[in-house]
This record gives sequence, structure tokens and C-alpha cells, in this order.
Amino acid sequence: GLLVCHLRSTGVRQIPCRLVHLYHEANDRLITFQYFNFLKRMYVTRCNKDLSQRAKPKSSSIVSPFHELQQLDQEKKVVHKISQVSPVHQSWSETSSRSELREIKSAAETEDSVIPVGTESKEDRRWKEMKLQLEDLPGILARLSKIKLTALVISTTSAGFAMAPVPFELTRFLLASLGTGLASCAANSINQFFEVPFDSNMNRTKNRPLVRGQISPLLAVCFAASCGIPGIALLTLGVNPLTGALGAFNIFLYTCCYTPLKRMSIANTWVGAVVGAIPPVMGWTAATGSLDAGALLLGGILYSWQFPHFNALSWGLREDYSRGGYCMMSVTHPGLCRRVALRHCLALIGLSTVAPVLDITTWTFPIISLPINLYISYLGFRFYRDADRSSSRKLFFCSLWHLPMLLLVMFTCKKSVLEKEDKGNLPGGSHEMAMEIRLP
Amino acid sequence: PPAHSHSDWIGPPDKHSNLRPIIFYVPPEESALERRLREARQEAQASNQRFWARHNRAFRQEKEEFIYSRLKAKGLEMKDESGQKATLNAEEMADFYKDFLSKNFKKHLQYNRDWYKRNFRITFLMGQVALVRALRWLRWRKKLEQ
Repeated sequence: GLLVCHLRSTGVRQIPCRLVHLYHEANDRLITFQYFNFLKRMYVTRCNKDLSQRAKPKSSSIVSPFHELQQLDQEKKVVHKISQVSPVHQSWSETSSRSELREIKSAAETEDSVIPVGTESKEDRRWKEMKLQLEDLPGILARLSKIKLTALVISTTSAGFAMAPVPFELTRFLLASLGTGLASCAANSINQFFEVPFDSNMNRTKNRPLVRGQISPLLAVCFAASCGIPGIALLTLGVNPLTGALGAFNIFLYTCCYTPLKRMSIANTWVGAVVGAIPPVMGWTAATGSLDAGALLLGGILYSWQFPHFNALSWGLREDYSRGGYCMMSVTHPGLCRRVALRHCLALIGLSTVAPVLDITTWTFPIISLPINLYISYLGFRFYRDADRSSSRKLFFCSLWHLPMLLLVMFTCKKSVLEKEDKGNLPGGSHEMAMEIRLP
Repeated sequence: PPAHSHSDWIGPPDKHSNLRPIIFYVPPEESALERRLREARQEAQASNQRFWARHNRAFRQEKEEFIYSRLKAKGLEMKDESGQKATLNAEEMADFYKDFLSKNFKKHLQYNRDWYKRNFRITFLMGQVALVRALRWLRWRKKLEQ
């Protein structure tokens, strides 16, 4: 909550100066300003979602002592009621004993209504019919496709699209976002399909739909196909073949390389970082139709970001990874884990400096982004030196707001398309020449 | 699960394996294909249960032994003055986690292979059963119309 407010307040402060700056330009800049607003909102909500998504493992660990107390309380209540009933219990038929149990449960549940955490544990203990209820389906599919993570992926794609030095086309933007979202849903569903017994054994993932039997594996695969095929088709036919190919490749990389590799070698982290880097590249290629230096730079920024983010997260999950058989750096090569995280924090500074060289942003970008990049590098250094839970958590939570903020600053410092036209006479003309040719 | 139910029932996670057991419904006119599917699922369930129960038990046991040996090396007892169980912090446990993972690496590779094979086979059978059922239903609809 605090982090979101902070982000909102900085965004609001930025708007007045942005407004003045932008309204002086031509009409099509207005569109980009509205788009900027929309993007800011998306980043804020994404930050929120991010927090709510990532915070889950943490909050569940924080809540669990309390949760356990609740559980014990309810268990005591139920046990007490059952022991009262038991002498009469044996003489009853099966159906009436079950109705008695249901009565007890409903009594307990009315008390539970104030404590939602308690009811969940109660529900968990019951035997459930494996019949798909249609009204549950949207929620189940949302969890199967990891909808919050998908939203994140869509926003990084939008960032890539926004940073591309071409006039903004709304239909193309929407098609690219939708196609990428569908591809992400497909990839996430297949990932969960492959990982059922492992997910059951890890605290973070034990409430997934396939683990709980809320959906059959066949349905999961069908859902993945019905998202992936239209998604890739949409990208290939509606946007351009390059984006479609990247999307298909990313699905393949995630499901057939990253997922099995997680249990075989620590190289999975690097593959996973590439998976995370491709969506912004896809956004860029959707806008421009070509894979140029800007796309690779944006991909590079996201690639480097994955390491402090994931390495810090995995530091607290070492026990679950070890027991579950996952080969992660935090377990097998802890020194490397911290070194790599720090290395990539510093790389982010370097990459931010390259952005104006490639004419993607003005020189204000490395300057404005320096504080946040230095801060995450500092936390990365603390994590490297201290190697404890608190430094890993600090680094992880920093990474959650660092990325949206960096992308936001990048967008506000984006070199305007018109500026480039004007700069045709200035030295360093080759870049500008290339831009001019691309402009319609 | 109630006797009149026509579907499978899934239960709470098992204490040892953390897997949820399924009680499969056997329809009176189960076809050969459906029987193959059910048996494949039962076999997979049993095999998974065996693996994870044993694996988790070994983990817990080895973890206890590790804590005990480390505490002994430090000259401490298993329970401190207040009677609480003494534990090591995460950094000290890291050696154990690394060791445990590498010891069980080959076991996991073998299990992964088996799991992927079973998972694909079961899903494929599910697809076949669903297809047969759909065709049967279409034929029945046609008959009704005639």
C-alpha cells in the first residue's frame, strides 16, 4: 500500500511539468500523453498487482502463525462438538452423521465469516467432488493462467510498444497486447500442467487449480491450446510475423526449456530471464516491425532486472526448493546467486546509459534514473555482503517498484518522434536518417 | 464420499506426501478405454504417493540429524532452557539444503522422466475418452431426432 501511494504521488508530481512540456507540441503528442496517463495507471495497478501477487508468499508466511492459531481454535471447537455427538454417533446411519457434520461445519463457518483465513483451512480439509462448476470456471482459469503475472507481461509489452520511435497506433497496440496476453496464459497453463506434484509440495504453489483437482489436466491443456493458438495467430496475422514468431518461441522457451530445466540445472534462471526479456522486444517489433538495437536494449534491461528480482526471492525459499528437487542458485551456489544479482543491478546502470546513445531517450534518462538504479545496486550490494533474509527481502521488494518506475521514467524521457525530424541537420545524422526513413 | 455420487472425489493433502488422494468412481458400464484411464490414474497416484512420502520422510529425518549434529558440535542441546526445540538459522541450514539437493539429484531426474511420461499418457487417454463420449452423445442425439 505504501509503495503504491509513493508511486502515485511521484506520478502526480510529474504530470504538471509533463503537461506543460507536452501541450506545446503537435496534436499527435496529445495521444501519447493520454497514452502515458493510461500507462502510468497500468504501472500503478501493476505495482499493486505485483505486490499482491508477490506479497502472497511473504504474507502467507507472516500470516501463518496467526493462521495456525485460528486453525487450532476451530479444530478445538469442532473436536469439542464431535465429542459431544459421538456416543449417539455410532447408532446413526451414514447420511445423518454427515448431515450432523455439515451442521457443525455450518455453525463453525458462521463464526468463520469474520475470519476468512480460517474458512479456507476448513475447506481444505474436506473431501470435494471433482465436478466442474461453471460459475467457478472463470476464477479457476484466472489462477491457471496466472492472470496477475500475465497482466505484468502485457504491461512490459506495452512499454516496449510505447518506447518504439513510431507514431502510436491504437489497434496495433491492442492487438499486440491481447496476443501477448493470450500467449502468456497458454504458457502459464502448460507450466502448471507439468508441475502438479511439485507444486503440491511447495507452500507457495499448493493452492493451484490442478493441485486441488478443481480442473482436469485435459481441460488445462485444451485451455492452453485455445489461448495459445489464437494468440499467436493474432500476433502473426494481425500485427506482424516477427512478433508472432517471438511469441511462439517464448511459449516454447518457457514450457519446454525453462520448466524442465528447473529440475535439472541452475541454467534455468538465465533461460527464465530471457523469457522475461522477450515481451518488451515483442512490443517493440509489433510497433516497428523490425528487431533493432532499441528492442534489444529494452529486452536487456528486463533481462538484467530478472536477476536481482528472482535471486532475492529465491533466497527465502531455499528449504522448499531443496525438498522439491529444484536446482536453484540460491541452494547450490549461494555465492554465485548474490554475485549475479549485484552484477545485474550494476548492469542496469550501464544499460540506462546506453539508451540515449541509441537515440531511444534523451540524456535526461540516465541522469534521472541514476538514483533508483544506484539504490537497487546498493541493496544488491547489501544482499551480496550480508546474505541474509532481511537483505534479500529488501532487494526483492525494491525490485517490485524499481521496474515500473524505470520504465515510466524511460517513457517520459523518450525522444520524441518530431524532435528526431528536427535534428536531421545535426551531427550524428545516421541514426536520425534511419528514423526519418521509417517515419510514414 | 457419498455412495450415490457419480464423480471422483478429491481429498485434503496427505500428511506425508502433500498430494491429494482421489477416490475414483467406477461406472457400472465402464468401457475398456475408461478402465485403462482409471487404472493409469490409480497407478500414477500410488507411485507419486510412494515417492513423495518416502522423500519427505527422508528430508525430515536428515534435517533432524543435521540439526542434532550441528548443535552437538556447538555444544548445545536439542531443547534449550525453556523447553523449546532449538533450531539453526537459515544460513546454517543452507549447507544441509545444498547437500540434500545434490544427493537426491539422480532420484529426481528419474522421477521427472516417469512423471512426464505418466502425465502425457493419462492426459492422452482422457482426450480419447472425452472424444468417444462426445461421439456417443452425438449418435444418441441423432437417434432421438429420427
